[in-house]
Amino acid sequence: MIIGLGHYLSVAAIVFTLGVLGIFLNRKNVIIILMSIELILLSVNINLVAFSTFLGDIVGQVYALIVLTVAAAEAAIGLAIVVAYFRNRGSIAVEDIDLLKG
Amino acid sequence: MYEAIVLLPLLGAVIAGIVCLVGARDRFPGEDPPPPTDDHAAAPVSEDHPRAAPVPRAEHAASANSHAEAPEHAPSAAGSLLAELTTSTFLVISCALSWFALFDVGIAGHEARVAMFSFISFADLHSEWMLRIDALTAVMLVVVTTISSLVHIYSIGYMEEDPYKPRFFSYLSFFTFAMLMLVTADNLVQLFFGWEGVGLASYLLIGFWYHKPEANAAAIKAFIVNRVGDFGFSLGIFAVFYLTGAVDFDTIFAQAPALVGKSFHFLSWDVDALTAVCLLLFMGAMGKSAQFLLHTWLPDAMEGPTPVSALIHAATMVTAGVFMVARLSPLFSLSPGASGFVTFIGATTAMFAATVGLVQNDIKRIIAYSTCSQLGYMFVAMGVGAYSVGMFHLFTHAFFKALLFLGSGSVIIAMHHEQDTRKMGGLWRKLPFTYATMVIGTLALTGFPFTAGYFSKDAIIESALVSDGAMASYGFAMTLGAAALTAFYSWRLIFKTFHGEPHDRDHYEAAHETAKTMLVPLGLLAFGSIAAGYPALALFTGHGASEFFRQALTLGAAEKLFESAENLPLTLSLLPTVMMIGGFLVAYQFYIRRPDIPEALARDQRLLYQFLLNKWYFDEIYDFLFVRPALWIGRLFWKGGDGFIIDGFGPDGVSARVLDVTRNVIRLQTGYLYHYAFAMLIGVAAAITWFMFAGPH
Repeated sequence: MIIGLGHYLSVAAIVFTLGVLGIFLNRKNVIIILMSIELILLSVNINLVAFSTFLGDIVGQVYALIVLTVAAAEAAIGLAIVVAYFRNRGSIAVEDIDLLKG
Repeated sequence: MYEAIVLLPLLGAVIAGIVCLVGARDRFPGEDPPPPTDDHAAAPVSEDHPRAAPVPRAEHAASANSHAEAPEHAPSAAGSLLAELTTSTFLVISCALSWFALFDVGIAGHEARVAMFSFISFADLHSEWMLRIDALTAVMLVVVTTISSLVHIYSIGYMEEDPYKPRFFSYLSFFTFAMLMLVTADNLVQLFFGWEGVGLASYLLIGFWYHKPEANAAAIKAFIVNRVGDFGFSLGIFAVFYLTGAVDFDTIFAQAPALVGKSFHFLSWDVDALTAVCLLLFMGAMGKSAQFLLHTWLPDAMEGPTPVSALIHAATMVTAGVFMVARLSPLFSLSPGASGFVTFIGATTAMFAATVGLVQNDIKRIIAYSTCSQLGYMFVAMGVGAYSVGMFHLFTHAFFKALLFLGSGSVIIAMHHEQDTRKMGGLWRKLPFTYATMVIGTLALTGFPFTAGYFSKDAIIESALVSDGAMASYGFAMTLGAAALTAFYSWRLIFKTFHGEPHDRDHYEAAHETAKTMLVPLGLLAFGSIAAGYPALALFTGHGASEFFRQALTLGAAEKLFESAENLPLTLSLLPTVMMIGGFLVAYQFYIRRPDIPEALARDQRLLYQFLLNKWYFDEIYDFLFVRPALWIGRLFWKGGDGFIIDGFGPDGVSARVLDVTRNVIRLQTGYLYHYAFAMLIGVAAAITWFMFAGPH
């Protein structure tokens, strides 16, 4: 079986869906939300690399590297926020974080 | 000179006012002058002050005792002496100049118009600020400044214990200024300025002891009742302007004869223009001069300090209505209907107030009703066309009524602010000087031969008798009857206060003659009460009147009256004196020889007694007819109109609907991050879907 573009895109779609569901269905921990965001970014990366390979255009892979950098920075900032939030409010359970409530 | 007469009191008022404000600042350093209520709270001593609040009997006696040993008073405001001396000095100067003016204008005939500045100039309305000095004004100047300067001097003694003297003197001088402005007015607008100025001063002075609820209520009542009159007065001014296109007296009087027979068209109803104007203007006079139907404020105004009652509510301000009718005599003399109405109201007031005065017990209220009654006399004279005679009575009345008020003030001070005649008695031994002056005042008021009141009152009654004007015979009957009643209640006052057994030992023992500053004005006024009559007789009645007043009054009708009055049979001209003696004898019988008669009479005629004691139930009727419906309507508009309709459908209703909506919308805001993210995703999905299938091509 030849692994074609469709397979890569399917994997990316599955990962993306997992990420989205991870954000919505998770009721426990903020860190899981961060991880889900990483998943979404990764799925995008898969798409970029897959299209780059099949279309023979290197720009897609360069772009994937930029996304990875941004994801790393974002993870660092996200974790820092979570730590700061924990220090301030003593909990990072998703249920407790409802300060936006009207 | 005339500017000085008018403006010196204003200067005094301003200086005293500055002293008052500076004093308030000193008392509360580092703050702005506090509002009056704080002022009072910060001076708690004034609660011990006998006048400050009506204390129960026991405490009252106690305070009287403590008064004898160690008087505890709030300290006078800083600069009290300065304020007293400045205002009084200015008034005395003004008074001296006024007497000079009287001789200069009245006898030497130097009438004057002093232009000061332009007041209003708008379209057709031109009002110059001008002092009109003729004999009528000169008489009023003398009355106002004389009484006012004496009252100022008297107040130095009377208000000695009061901590707020600068304020009092400032108001007093301001009143004098406004009154002088009124009497020197050259046009109706200026007259109205003075008219409202004295109204304001009266309000401020009645409510001078503003921590007393009754004083506040009385002040408000006086102000509101006067507004009713002023409503008519201002309509009258508008009507005059509408008819003649001018507000200055000379133009109006010049055009007045042409207005006879003209009529207004008002709501498909033709009214005689001149009569309507005069009636409207007279409505203002009724309010200011406390005539029948609008009299209710005057007795209540006695809540103010006694010097105020003497100056404003007896001698000067309440006579403003009489003065105004006299000033507008060229108009009133052309309208027999309005003149008849003036006579009717005057006569009714004279009788009505006298009957109420018969049974009152408060020393000041008796004199207040007497004032009301005497003002009625003046209006009777005005109504029958004897304007100079009305002015004559105004002139003499100012002396003896001010005297009676200041005398009663002296009694009140001596009795430690007791005003009930039932608790007095036998005071002539303690207060011989006050007693003597009060008796002189009473003689003059009742018209004892050759006192001031004798000449003026008899002249009024005779004028009413010989006049053939509308209502003149009614006026004659009422004034004659009131003369007897006047004698009765005046002597009743004297007998109950100064004779008989003292009814309150504590007060009686503590009573003492008051300060010199109070006794000197009493003496001067007593002299005036005797001497003001005869020398002025020739000026105000007979042929002298026309020479004295010249153009100031319209005396065509009066001259005929004077002629017929001279030819009256002796029996008729003695009638008032007979009535007076009758009143005196009944009072003597009732209160000296058989003190049990009045009580028995009050028991037997219970209904009549209650009717008179409650002042013909006027206050109750007005309460029922006006006050309560007004409150009811006010409550309706407040609760129903404003609260229910406007607020309900307006601001409150809108905000309530907004709240209802937000209360539902609020549920959307859970505060959970994943809900927002989900919503965002849905949105993105929807947007993408739309672009995919119906996207912009």
